[in-house]
Amino acid sequence: MRHVISILMENEAGALSRVAGLFSARGYNIEALTVAPTEDPSMSRMTLVTRGNEEIVEQIKKQLNKLIDVIKLQDLSDGPHIERELMMVKLRVVKHDREELKRLADIFRGNIVDVTETSYVVELTGSGDKLDAFLATVPEGQIVEVVRSGPSGIARGAKGLGV
Amino acid sequence: MELSGAEILIQSLIDEGVEYVFGYPGGAVLHIYDALVAQGQVKHILVRHEQGATHAADGYARSTGKPGVVLVTSGPGATNAVTGIATAYMDSIPMVVITGQVPTPVIGSDAFQEVDTVGITRPCVKHNFLVKDVNRLAETLRKAFYIATTGRPGPVVVDIPKDVVDPNVKIPYEYPKEIRMRSYNPVKKGHPGQIKKAADLLVGARRPMIYSGGGVVLGDGAEELVDLVRGLGYPITSTLMGLGAYPAGDRQFLGMLGMHGTYEANMAMHECDVLLAVGARFDDRVTGKIEQFCPSATIIHIDIDPASIAKTVRVDVPIVGPVKSVLKDLNKALRGLGRKPDAEALEAWWEQIGRWRAMECLRYDRTGSRIKPQFAVETLYQVTGGDCYVTSDVGQHQMWTAQYFKFEQPRRWINSGGLGTMGFGLPAAMGVQIAHPDELVVCVSGEASIQMCPQELATCKQFDLPIKVMLLNNGYMGMVRQWQELFYDGRYAHSYVDALPDFVRLAESYGHVGLRVERPEDLEGALREAFAMKDRLVFLDVIVDPEENVYPMIGMGKGHHEMYLPPERELA
Ligand SMILES: Cc1cc2nc3c(=O)[nH]c(=O)nc-3n(C[C@H](O)[C@H](O)[C@H](O)COP(=O)(O)OP(=O)(O)OC[C@H]3O[C@@H](n4cnc5c(N)ncnc54)[C@H](O)[C@@H]3O)c2cc1C
Ligand SMILES: Cc1ncc(C[n+]2csc(CCOP(=O)(O)OP(=O)(O)O)c2C)c(N)n1
Ligand SMILES: [Mg+2]
Repeated sequence: MRHVISILMENEAGALSRVAGLFSARGYNIEALTVAPTEDPSMSRMTLVTRGNEEIVEQIKKQLNKLIDVIKLQDLSDGPHIERELMMVKLRVVKHDREELKRLADIFRGNIVDVTETSYVVELTGSGDKLDAFLATVPEGQIVEVVRSGPSGIARGAKGLGV
Repeated sequence: MELSGAEILIQSLIDEGVEYVFGYPGGAVLHIYDALVAQGQVKHILVRHEQGATHAADGYARSTGKPGVVLVTSGPGATNAVTGIATAYMDSIPMVVITGQVPTPVIGSDAFQEVDTVGITRPCVKHNFLVKDVNRLAETLRKAFYIATTGRPGPVVVDIPKDVVDPNVKIPYEYPKEIRMRSYNPVKKGHPGQIKKAADLLVGARRPMIYSGGGVVLGDGAEELVDLVRGLGYPITSTLMGLGAYPAGDRQFLGMLGMHGTYEANMAMHECDVLLAVGARFDDRVTGKIEQFCPSATIIHIDIDPASIAKTVRVDVPIVGPVKSVLKDLNKALRGLGRKPDAEALEAWWEQIGRWRAMECLRYDRTGSRIKPQFAVETLYQVTGGDCYVTSDVGQHQMWTAQYFKFEQPRRWINSGGLGTMGFGLPAAMGVQIAHPDELVVCVSGEASIQMCPQELATCKQFDLPIKVMLLNNGYMGMVRQWQELFYDGRYAHSYVDALPDFVRLAESYGHVGLRVERPEDLEGALREAFAMKDRLVFLDVIVDPEENVYPMIGMGKGHHEMYLPPERELA
């Protein structure tokens, strides 16, 4: 099963490599990883997507908790939560395609954030599924490049993951 | 008080109560060495190879419970230390390893003797630090000792660039008294509800078994364990790492379990209905084939590390906490129950165990003219009366020592179990001897293992360490040869240890005493002679039967009930 794990950790040099190293050393699957400092610059917040059966995911969480730099951890998949991913797509657009692709971006609530005579950069946020769906609707041959951030997640409700 | 980084480092060690540092100098740590000789409190033991320093610090830690401290230089000094760090990591040994690093401005430039020590050691430490600012040095060291010694212990590396210990930069020094880390809070007590559940299950057991491990030694829980086991009257077995926590001579002790465990211990594991695992981590050498592990048991597991629980084997009642306090609470809970175990069921269980015991799985042939390695260990036990510290290397001699030497106290049996590091025995014995100058310290080794760190014989000479080495010389990497005999149709691929040195003369060339023993009738006398030389290192080259095997044995991928006994013996 897919699990989205949210991790609050010390914003120390090397903290990210401890997490990445743990996954490679123990052969755990890592699908996506995003990390950035929080409102308190001494802490970073990481969203990690992994897959595995219950025993493996349980072990992953225990091993993550064991890392000295990890302050707190939450398996977002345990309850209702929101996931958002940012994507930027550079599209090759000429003449008659321009209107069509603008409409497509609008339907997906995307923004065109860069325009040249032959290209658009479309910015989109949403769940991974939504981003996949957008890519699937772009006509063949028009995608120049795709950049995705990997998902960030947060639990629904009033409670927060803090110290 | 204004101190330089180097002085802060040394003063922090003093304030931490460190007595000995095991180390080896080099460019990146010259400032530190300069500060080290300028004081008289912390004593430095100069080894001959950084691997020796880590094993010595490790032996010191295992035999005392105090953290071992290592000081090595950058680059090759640090990489040489890695084997010893990994050894300590696998067996959860508290250690602080200080490594020199190139100056901060040149980090990352492939500077002379630069390696990414933090990166290299990351997977084999409990935690590591790179100290980039002298203002954080004292606090980091305090954290390093705190992390190494609390919770599940382990090695911590502190990598210190040369400019951070610059003798010309002085700052105010104060060693932090208390340390609090929001991201690290080891559990102090077990959950009372879980402990109550465990107590209920235990008294209700009809075929109970207790499986104790290295955690009981590490967590100083031996006394509480003995209380529990005696109070219940239940059988107990131990892992290789837990030996000595429960007295091996006691009737309730069934010997070691696992791959080379006794028939009675492994059979009792297989047949038990309630298993209490305490401070043990269900290692694959212990469980055998997971699907067949304790097939009918309800399992209670006490461990300070949640990640050890249900890692490989499902657990019914997990209890996270330190053995000492959890066992104390469990003993209290058991007394509070007002219920006793079913006496009849227990008697029947002991009768069954008696039948397994009657197999005498450790009996061996004593008639030949060659020294049997088992006989050598038994003789060592008899001559010392068990009153000594025993270190070992890795291989058959290690297993025979575990099987035939009856450890009665914790912290007396010092060996590398998790990593299985050949070369561990002699340097570890140095650490033990330094910590216990008036005690007898014996290193049981093999002719292959001893050649991995023989250079430490010089350290033993320089520091007058009167270790007794008992080499079980079978001319083979015996453990490898045994597997080749059993599983590769006797094809001994590169397991014969050719071109052996003359160990007697080797010892003598370092200024020690060397003795060779070849006949069983000479062994006891030779041991007594060696032990009588109280201030000398004596190296006993004991020539043993070259093709003796370690039995019982569970083959790879087999269950506890599928053991090999010696070929001439049949299973009942
Ligand atoms: C050649 C060879 C053969 C071997 N054959 C065998 C064999 O036949 N049988 C055998 O048993 N081993 C054998 N081993 C050793 C084996 O590889 C493991 O090292 C060993 O079984 C692990 O022992 P343990 O489970 O007691 O765990 P340890 O490695 O000692 O781990 C200790 C456990 O206790 C926990 N702990 C630590 N401190 C505390 C505390 N204060 N409170 C609570 N819990 C704590 C830790 O979290 C950990 O889970 C062999 C090794 C070699 C090299
Ligand atoms: C550093 C290292 N290399 C290789 C091994 C694999 N190994 C395990 S036991 C063994 C043979 C040990 O031979 P010896 O020291 O003579 O002991 P014996 O088994 O003969 O008693 C080897 C090579 C190891 N454990 N450690
Ligand atoms: Mg040998």
